[in-house]
Amino acid sequence: MAVTGTERPAETMSETGTLSVEVWRGRDDGRFQSFTVPHRANQTVLDIVTWIQRHAEPALAYRFACRVGVCGSCAMTVNGKPRWTCRTHVGKVAVDGHLRIEPLRNLPRLKDLAVDMTPFFEKWQAAEGRFHPTKTRRDPLSTISPSSPKRQAADAGIECINCGVCHAACDVVAWNDDYLGPAALNRAWTLVNDERDGGKRTVLDAVSQGGGCHSCHSHGSCVEHCPVGLNPTRGIAGLKRMTLVGLLSGDAG
Amino acid sequence: MIEVRLYAAQRLSAMILAPLVIVHLILILLAVEGGLTAAEILDRTRGSIGWAAFYGIFVLAAAIHAPIGLRNVIREHTGWRGEGVDKAMIGLGILLFVLGGRAILAVVVG
Repeated sequence: MAVTGTERPAETMSETGTLSVEVWRGRDDGRFQSFTVPHRANQTVLDIVTWIQRHAEPALAYRFACRVGVCGSCAMTVNGKPRWTCRTHVGKVAVDGHLRIEPLRNLPRLKDLAVDMTPFFEKWQAAEGRFHPTKTRRDPLSTISPSSPKRQAADAGIECINCGVCHAACDVVAWNDDYLGPAALNRAWTLVNDERDGGKRTVLDAVSQGGGCHSCHSHGSCVEHCPVGLNPTRGIAGLKRMTLVGLLSGDAG
Repeated sequence: MIEVRLYAAQRLSAMILAPLVIVHLILILLAVEGGLTAAEILDRTRGSIGWAAFYGIFVLAAAIHAPIGLRNVIREHTGWRGEGVDKAMIGLGILLFVLGGRAILAVVVG
């Protein structure tokens, strides 16, 4: 089905022709549906999807919230690569005026462009990716030097927005259902470097199970695709190093 | 933590194998220079504790390294997981060690 839009909701945008857009419809046994969408200056991929839903196909399912690269909700596969669509300019990813938009890889499809993020967050929990407090509200605040090596290592990975792009980009996630994935392991790395966290041993045990950090092949797809420029591969290498030191020092089982 | 131990064993065996493989390859290049015969090989290896130790370590490292790597490949690219693949890989390790050890005995003692 080809649909051509006629409305111009934003006067400040200038039209520069049209785009041919293929969008995945349905679940696993779905198909691509074609749309012709007005191409405007500074248009993002999320703008395209929103235009289609508002002007051509109201039943199109997709997920977004903040539209400014903070919430991590709108990741999709665009021309074969996982991307945060709200900060991805069409001009940088369209090939000969063509876009193919699919749901993220490695997660169960729900409908159209929406995937079920449950397995993604379950793996965060399996990696003990949550803070393990050691103090009560009556204790004084911890004093952590921002320049300490451990805090800097934690800071380097702390800005993850949970978008799932690295999870979709990772071949090991595709091969091994048990693999915790770059995002969960990156979170584990920030925790073992957080001096306030009391669960270092628990976290290292969790990431040493089958499908833990030792399954990573260091391909670096997570680093290549992370929209906020994090380096989960470095954190996973750090976890491998830390568990190895624990084994050799007799600190791990 | 079995995964950490396997990870450590594979890295350690790789570190041992790397220089041994290089020496082995250089040896092959030098050995074929004058024409490769069984007599020449046996002349070098028979009764040699040095070559027995060299290839003994080689076989042991390979018997540790290969099954761990193959286990990962099988688990990632086939549906075979769990105890079955672990037992099969232990069997492979033993097989490599026995066959390699038999070959060493044949050229050093035999």
